[in-house]
Amino acid sequence: MQEIKREILISKAAELLESGVVDRVLGWKAGEFDYDVTPAMFHNADELEKEFVWNDFCGANFSKYLVNETGKSENKVLVFLKPCDTYSFNQLLTEHRFDREKVYAVGVSCNGMLDVNKIKESAESIASISMETDKVMVDTLYDGKITFERKDVLSERCINCKSKKHVAYDELLGEDGDVVDSSRFDEVEKLEKMTPDERFAFWQKELSRCIRCNACRDVCPACTCEKCVFDNPNSGIENKAAANSFEEKMFHIIRAFHVAGRCTDCGECSRVCPQHIPLHLLNRKFIKDIDNFYGEYQAGSEVGSRAPIVNYTTEDLEPGEAVERGDGNA
Amino acid sequence: MRKISIDKLYVLFSSIAESSKLYIPVDTKAGAKFEEWESGKTLSNALNTVRSTKDFFFPQTENLMDFKVEGKNIEIIDTRSESEDFVIFGVRACDVKSFEVLDRVFLSEPVDSYYKNRREHGVIISVACIKPAETCFCGTFGIDAADPEGDVVCYKTDDALYMDAKTEKGKKLLDSVSCLTDEADTKACDEQKELIHERFSKLPLANLSADAFGSGKTSEFFDAPEWRELSQSCLGCGTCTFVCPTCQCYDIKDFNTGHGIRRFRCWDSCMYSEFTKMSAGQPRLTQLERFRQRFMHKLVYYPTNNDGLFSCVGCGRCLSKCPIQMNIVKVMKKLGGKENAAN
Repeated sequence: MQEIKREILISKAAELLESGVVDRVLGWKAGEFDYDVTPAMFHNADELEKEFVWNDFCGANFSKYLVNETGKSENKVLVFLKPCDTYSFNQLLTEHRFDREKVYAVGVSCNGMLDVNKIKESAESIASISMETDKVMVDTLYDGKITFERKDVLSERCINCKSKKHVAYDELLGEDGDVVDSSRFDEVEKLEKMTPDERFAFWQKELSRCIRCNACRDVCPACTCEKCVFDNPNSGIENKAAANSFEEKMFHIIRAFHVAGRCTDCGECSRVCPQHIPLHLLNRKFIKDIDNFYGEYQAGSEVGSRAPIVNYTTEDLEPGEAVERGDGNA
Repeated sequence: MRKISIDKLYVLFSSIAESSKLYIPVDTKAGAKFEEWESGKTLSNALNTVRSTKDFFFPQTENLMDFKVEGKNIEIIDTRSESEDFVIFGVRACDVKSFEVLDRVFLSEPVDSYYKNRREHGVIISVACIKPAETCFCGTFGIDAADPEGDVVCYKTDDALYMDAKTEKGKKLLDSVSCLTDEADTKACDEQKELIHERFSKLPLANLSADAFGSGKTSEFFDAPEWRELSQSCLGCGTCTFVCPTCQCYDIKDFNTGHGIRRFRCWDSCMYSEFTKMSAGQPRLTQLERFRQRFMHKLVYYPTNNDGLFSCVGCGRCLSKCPIQMNIVKVMKKLGGKENAAN
């Protein structure tokens, strides 16, 4: 359950609309069920009161929406950002992808978001969901009530939350937290310990499920090219033309390289994958290697920082050393 | 009506699999999917599969033909390999209905011989849907989940599987396993039908109506101002189209393989920015137009061209898979006028 209540967000949004600081609000809109929430724009207090939601399923990272949204109007848009979203927000500013002056950012503290797929593993037909502090109560259509411990149905990225601290905001709702000492690299280490053949088999199995819907790319705040090379029929590698499963792998590996040093590990890629491919592990491997070779670096922790791999220093390690220190896995 | 006791289900599968490939829904880490049955594989109890059965007849990618160029001669090589019968067990009423939608596209002139070939070789064993998910709304499109179409229609109870052949193909299949099955009356099936109807009437989307949509309604909905709001957060990914049992758009490309030319076909998505791009450019410039295309196709264009048949079967896959949870139900409620106002 989120500590900050929906009403507090609504009254903050209504106040900013009323005073003219912003003329629209990017928020989450209630859906057909208790868990389906759609990003939407709100323009007045009535709309907010009727349809705005803030609950444990508000996982969508709004930062990327600002790229288009700020281009639509001279007026400011209000955006609500969870701590992890603020890293993407900063990274997009670093890359000059939107105009900071056109955004009023309200940070909202977050207790972690739930993964409805984890709930559906044991409660397939959800009639309704209600929350208590550490419990998630699901009323099902055929199996009665099922109660989950909140920690058991948290999203992967929230189990491994890297920061409760907002690194960008104009105003904050709730207490700000700290950067968290997370165990997010544990899975990467498991992969590193595999033999190359085992690791190849692991990724072969995972990536073979890919249906090339491009949801991972389309949701990714680091993927904001106006024309993606995979959407360009003249590139020869257009997305639709994956002739075999090897090409599927190359798509994901190339994309991981492309966002290396810029990926904030927001986890949206894995959240949206309809085939449950753990895409975040590719990105985390890059983050771990960058930390290892160049010193700790968190993309988006401040605006304007230069990622180690696009920043030459005389202390940079030699490529040969990187291979050695990476146990040949670099 | 034939029946077999449920503990002999895998004996039945084994017998069917002796003469042709048999596919059943099985559980995987990433949800239920159809896999070729082999001894030891068990039937999934999931409410539905992640991907639809359209994949069997209209695969995501396929090589259509190769061209071999020697001097001034071009040899055309037919590369299709499917020529064996196969059986799909456990198809839901919604997915069976999707074949009618696809048939009208691929089997009308000019006939798609690749699709037709697979349809002719495929035997559909449908199973009445005893546990609809909260996202199901097949009833909206007149589909009775208790009475699916198919070559063989099954009812699975706690202790038996009841089977009824509906076509020649189905009859042939049931005849081939008749030594395993017994004659049965329809009592258990009738009871189950009643239960299914009761369950469907209580679903969250039971009252969703498609009455506002259909043949000839293009001008009524095309310029609706609501499209802007509905499409505003669409990511433009292809998830909805790729899990959809009725989406049938594809692209064909020729590749130079180094040894000749390969003609390749793969699914396309109206959600993609380069969809149906022509020499004059892209006809749908923004996501609003692409988004509108998909839903107008399902609810208006397709019915207009196909005797009022909607090209949505209410399987609910897009509801559970859309990354931003925007879907046809929300579109129908927003645009569907008074018919959906009470829901």
